[in-house]
Amino acid sequence: MIKNQTTLRESKMTAITVNGIEQKLQVDPATPLLWVLREQLELTGTKFGCGMAQCGACTVHVNGTAIRSCVTPLAAVAGQQITTIEGLAPSADEPHPLQKAWIDEQVPQCGYCQSGQLMSAAALLATNSSPSDDDINDAMSGNICRCGMYGRIRKAIKSAAGVQQFDPALAALAKEINHG
Amino acid sequence: MGKWTRRAFISAGVIAGGGLIVGVAIRPGQRAAELSKHVAGDGETLLHTWLKLDTNNVVTAIIPHAEMGQGVGTALAQMLADELDADWDLVKFEEAPALGGFANYPMGEAILLAGAEFPDFVLPTVEGALIRTAQALDLQITGGSLSVRTTGAYGMRVAGAAVKEMLKAAAAAAWQVPVDQVLAKDSQLFHEASGRIQPYSFFAEAAGEMMPPVSPILKSVDQFKIMGRHVERHDLPSKVDGTALFALDVRLPNMLYATVNRAPTFGGGIASVDETRTRAVDGVVDVVKLPSVEVSSMFGGFTYAESVAVVAKGYWSAKQGMDALRIEWRNTANDGVSSDTIFAQFDQDISSAFEREADVVRGDVAAAMVNADKVIEADYRVPFLAHTCMEPLNATAMVNNGHCEVWVGCQSPLSFRRSVADALGFDIENVTLHNCFMGGGFGRKSRPDYAIQAAQLAASLGRPVQLIWTREEDVRQDFYRPAVQSRFRAALASNGDITAWENTYVDKHEPYEAPLIPYSIGAQDIGHVRSPTHIPFGAWRSVSHSQQGFFTESFLDEVAVAAGQDPYQYRVERLQHLPRELAVLKKAAKEAQWHIPLAAGRGRGISLQSSFGSVVAEVVEVTVNNGNLSVDRVVAVIDAGFAISPDGMRAQIESGIIYGLSAAIHGEITIRNGAVVQSNFHDYPSVRMSEAPLIETHIINSGEPMGGAGEPGTPPIASALTNAIYNATGERIRQLPIKNAGFNV
Repeated sequence: MIKNQTTLRESKMTAITVNGIEQKLQVDPATPLLWVLREQLELTGTKFGCGMAQCGACTVHVNGTAIRSCVTPLAAVAGQQITTIEGLAPSADEPHPLQKAWIDEQVPQCGYCQSGQLMSAAALLATNSSPSDDDINDAMSGNICRCGMYGRIRKAIKSAAGVQQFDPALAALAKEINHG
Repeated sequence: MGKWTRRAFISAGVIAGGGLIVGVAIRPGQRAAELSKHVAGDGETLLHTWLKLDTNNVVTAIIPHAEMGQGVGTALAQMLADELDADWDLVKFEEAPALGGFANYPMGEAILLAGAEFPDFVLPTVEGALIRTAQALDLQITGGSLSVRTTGAYGMRVAGAAVKEMLKAAAAAAWQVPVDQVLAKDSQLFHEASGRIQPYSFFAEAAGEMMPPVSPILKSVDQFKIMGRHVERHDLPSKVDGTALFALDVRLPNMLYATVNRAPTFGGGIASVDETRTRAVDGVVDVVKLPSVEVSSMFGGFTYAESVAVVAKGYWSAKQGMDALRIEWRNTANDGVSSDTIFAQFDQDISSAFEREADVVRGDVAAAMVNADKVIEADYRVPFLAHTCMEPLNATAMVNNGHCEVWVGCQSPLSFRRSVADALGFDIENVTLHNCFMGGGFGRKSRPDYAIQAAQLAASLGRPVQLIWTREEDVRQDFYRPAVQSRFRAALASNGDITAWENTYVDKHEPYEAPLIPYSIGAQDIGHVRSPTHIPFGAWRSVSHSQQGFFTESFLDEVAVAAGQDPYQYRVERLQHLPRELAVLKKAAKEAQWHIPLAAGRGRGISLQSSFGSVVAEVVEVTVNNGNLSVDRVVAVIDAGFAISPDGMRAQIESGIIYGLSAAIHGEITIRNGAVVQSNFHDYPSVRMSEAPLIETHIINSGEPMGGAGEPGTPPIASALTNAIYNATGERIRQLPIKNAGFNV
């Protein structure tokens, strides 16, 4: 049943750097980065959730910016620096502060969305060391967690950022409740 | 041990009023030798079906449940380790293999024999029968919020306690001292008088020669050291660095990738397939028509319709190939069915009381209606819902020399294994199933269709195949939470008292008690009519409780408002006979500061629903501003008897609330031309970070028999929310989702 495979029409090499290692790939450059990472490079920490940039499970960094790899063709990231969840920790013995905070707050349940959540959060903290609740909403609302661990994710981001858990919005809410 | 009966154990719950709590017998004889080859590695001794010990004194709990996010392994290992008096730092767990020897007989025991009395001497026989029954039923299921209260209570605790007694006996024999002088603590055995001390592992071999005791002594709550304590989940480190293995992450040499399509109209099939354009897609290897499969199980039979798969060198090629495929689907008798026709049918069947059967009849409802000062009537509706697990359905299979290996994330490994074997015409011994972490389950992953398809493809291609459903297929080929309509009438006396409650809804599903109400209302008539549809039914987190909790707790709120009374006080007055429910409700109101009025534009709603053995009340606070709805805060209280893993329980409640909020606010599967309209997260949305409320969960350890945690957080949330919206706006929402009521969320 298996037919003879002709060589790919677009058989030219595409070079990308993934977690600091340069990779030369002979893949159809229209292929979304997600599948190149998962299949050619066997970096399976980045997940497939929707295929249309709706859920964020496939989030990786391109030159430090969070992008959805399920809709990003390989050609669009040629020559770029890509970081995946496997490359988030500074070294093998030193987790990223967010990874540590994720354990401290016991964030994951099923865990499937968490690579994407962590990559979105890391991109946020890289440019904003003390995000407000609105900043967190903006950065994280592209990532769905069907287990609903949003409260824990918010707490973990704040603790990793060194932001106090005291939240002005909640304080206002409490005041309002107390004063009717 | 003296005479001991099972009823005493069950009614004692976990907090016994003095005396010993005694575990149930393990099984006739020692089966560890026979099971050992499947789970014991080098230097490991299997001392019990659910417990092994290695030479480094590390204990491994063998967990006959699947991990879908709920942290079941950690909670069950806590129960086993505590009874064993193990050092928690030396405790691990692993999922039991999908083999008959690891069928979950403690779960069967808890379900089938609850309340039955057996004297000690017949227990081995009963256990033996249960093991055979569990194997025959392929009982290795995760669902029904049952794991901790059945497997934990009847399996893990007993296993830990039994092995501790075996180790103590082995030490006593070796040291030639009376067994009651041997103490067990932190994975070590002591004899104080002689100063002897050895790790458990020192006696593993000798203990392995022994018969487990029939009725080991269990701890009372004041003796708990690990149960009830916060421990970190063991599976989380791998879930923050990308190394956790989901079925989608399996990589095999020479593996192909595939995706599938089934007829969008349920019950349909393939009329014709034009493969020309697909075959021209780079990387496409084959187009395969997969025949329909009939699967029988303890839950009844189901026919999975035929499908067509595109197989390629990579998923992207398979997807491109599928998009290029021209499929003509066969017409079906259901092509004209839509959500409108379904709800019209429900309405008609309720009105005509078609084959109505009562769940509860009490008092004289008709007379109460005639004598009422006021009669309140309302109809409620909820739509079909999909599960949308974060991980789209997928499975990987390999068939070699008449043997099939399957990698899948599923809630029922033994029955999946049997279904795959049946579909391929293999003996079950020739199917090996590796269950991986599930990226969500919520009930969907108890249906084996996706695993069967992968196995069919691997058999057809002669190479390993990873089948990945598109999200669109995942949304459109689900087993749905059924749409339901529910009609109410209530009779009010002039003083506002409710004298009769009448309720008719469509189609009875599990659990039986879901539509029943806890309130003391003299006359009640609760029943259901039959109104079947062609939409496949599926268990969806909390099953019927999720719809019925919305219906009954909304309507009760309406009644309280019509009576001119506070909805919380109205409930309190009618719960005086149920102290457990009353305590939970009162705590929720107290923690939410129910008595303090809110500013204009804000509202508060309360709801109470007992499910899966636990009592949960929730208070929701909302702000509604120019039609913009913000869910600000949820206060939840759960009494599950005793929280083995308190943080795990809180996480489950948070999760159940968000899952229910997604459904209440956004969730709607609509039917057109007999098929599902929605396809992905853009038209079947979930709650996101920006919409998520602050959630506070409070736990009551009442000492009542243990209930579940995975589902009970979901049922109260929709009605607590719509009651809060009513409180803020005066608008009563009787149809979900809320987005259709004109609110922006």
